[in-house]
Amino acid sequence: MSSFPEAARAELANKQLRTNLRHATETIRAKRMRVVSELPDWEELREAGKRIKQDVLANLDRYLVEFEGAVQARGGRVHWARDAAEANELVVDIARRHDARQIVKVKSLTTDEIRLNEALADAGIGAIETDLAELILQLDGDWSSHILVPAIHRNRNEIRDIFARTIAPGIESSEPADLAEASRLYLRERFLEAKVGVSGANFGIAETGTLVVVESEGNGRMCTTLPPVLVTILGIEKLLPRFADLEVFLQLLPRSSTGERMNPYTSLWTGVTPRDGPQELHVVLLDNGRTNALADEVGRDALHCIRCSACLNVCPVYSRTGGHAYGSVYPGPIGAIVTPQLQGIEQAGSLPFASSLCGACYEVCPVKIDIPRILLHLREKAVDANASRGERTVMRLAAWTFSGARRFALAERLGAAVSGNRPIHRLPPPLSAWTRTRDLKPPARETFRSWWRRR
Amino acid sequence: MRIALFVTCVGDTLFPEAGRATVDVLERLGHEVVFPAEQTCCGQMHLNSGYRREAERLGARFRTLFEEYELVVAPSSSCVGHVRELVGMANVFELSELLVVKLGVEDVGATFPARVAYHPTCHSLRVTRVGNAPRRLLGKVRGLELVELEHADECCGFGGTFAIKNAETSSAMLADKCDALEASGADVCTAVDGSCLLQIGGGLSRRASNMRALHLAEILASR
Repeated sequence: MSSFPEAARAELANKQLRTNLRHATETIRAKRMRVVSELPDWEELREAGKRIKQDVLANLDRYLVEFEGAVQARGGRVHWARDAAEANELVVDIARRHDARQIVKVKSLTTDEIRLNEALADAGIGAIETDLAELILQLDGDWSSHILVPAIHRNRNEIRDIFARTIAPGIESSEPADLAEASRLYLRERFLEAKVGVSGANFGIAETGTLVVVESEGNGRMCTTLPPVLVTILGIEKLLPRFADLEVFLQLLPRSSTGERMNPYTSLWTGVTPRDGPQELHVVLLDNGRTNALADEVGRDALHCIRCSACLNVCPVYSRTGGHAYGSVYPGPIGAIVTPQLQGIEQAGSLPFASSLCGACYEVCPVKIDIPRILLHLREKAVDANASRGERTVMRLAAWTFSGARRFALAERLGAAVSGNRPIHRLPPPLSAWTRTRDLKPPARETFRSWWRRR
Repeated sequence: MRIALFVTCVGDTLFPEAGRATVDVLERLGHEVVFPAEQTCCGQMHLNSGYRREAERLGARFRTLFEEYELVVAPSSSCVGHVRELVGMANVFELSELLVVKLGVEDVGATFPARVAYHPTCHSLRVTRVGNAPRRLLGKVRGLELVELEHADECCGFGGTFAIKNAETSSAMLADKCDALEASGADVCTAVDGSCLLQIGGGLSRRASNMRALHLAEILASR
């Protein structure tokens, strides 16, 4: 994957993207602020969310086995997948066994993470994205740039053009209702044809084996109820101990993500119910790097994430670069701490640096993930793994200079001697990165310490 | 009160006027300011860049120099937040916080006839949590008109080595900040962090803007 600064450079040049993003993130941000501020116990809810997630991770071994037993007791089958390849193979096998040439999908980051669609395509099986935004991207060969609003980088005229080229030849209107109708006509056929539905899940309840999908369109519910076979892929960190814990998360999630008081379509299903819904349920429990993150005392808090995307919407970096610059299905501040842990710091070492450490993400996180702290922790790991010799030397030299006041004062005098007393317009690399867009205030003729001595 | 000044490395080298103004304001209010001469840097740049070992050594050095004082003041919320979090020191305060919260002063007797936009820096809002202390101080400055700044609490894009490592993104953030500042109609942009003022001032200077970036301490020292 290309480094964040390189990828960001390309995205920043796209003016339309900047405008779309700015408009969309500001709208969601304002909605979130409104509905969060009306809850007097918001801080207690966040604290409760954090503690439940801490309990889940501390006792994950126990909760996973409890969950497996509960799903099996209700007639579901549970599979364990160490990585993407194992998970994909399981889904391909199930689809083949049912002779499915095409499956329908609920919007799911986890399936994007393991590149399920590509694996299915390689096996000759089509995967239809049924979330409106995911469908738009799929039709255009594009990919998601936001956890919750995958097509946030597109506006409705662009979407009309995509539909006109693909599922709705001749469509002229870019009214949201008309675009939704065009997709509805196309998708209803796909729902009725499909033998297998595939979903992720927002939560899995250890106590009961219940799976929960939270969505806005109802298309997810079509996928989880119409096809006779349902496969749900669940990251192992998505468990909650008790059914009652949903009380906390079904308040935290919609208010943080879409800025709604209550989520429009919340689907819960437990095992198989005779003559109602899918008669075959498979649950794939996915690790794919999560236990590595779990082993890291600081980094593991990233596994608390409930994928609300509030941190993206407030992030000054994300709202300029968009999601593609992060080179992962998990963009934004949460992506910057999740991706390097799932893929390894060698793969994604530039991501922890893709933040000004402004802290806006931590402030809005519904489960209080201290994202800046984890960013710093991962920066350390990135330096150990990837830093150039030049950078290490500069930083050590700086630390040496700072470790004595006389050395520091000498360095200050040197700096002042070479820089004159006017704003600096040009500096050699790597400081040229500063002066390309900014002047630099020159070091003072008289430092504070020399003024103090003379005073 | 006897108050130790931590001027910060950036403050010593690039913003000595903010340090001098801090001394002026505190002495005017009848306090004694001392300057531990061995001070250099708190280690924040190293920590934020992934060099924790070096940061911890500089943090320990800072502690040795400053732990004996009842009150330490720094004209930088970012450095204050850092020494509180990394070094665990509770006696270090950002200037506006020291004045309003610890010393209970809002009117420091300043006069500054200009339209001023206040940029609340990220660390002053979310790490050091100085709250509205700077605004309360600015509200009591004679002749000063505080103007509204759109998206005031959004980062200016400095972020230490972020400004170099992710220069393009940092510059895009700065461009929006400068646009908002220019739209505010202010003559002066002020903040409690020299590092952010380095970024904002650098952006304004490159645009050949008439707006100046001034540390809050300098406004409070004006009469």
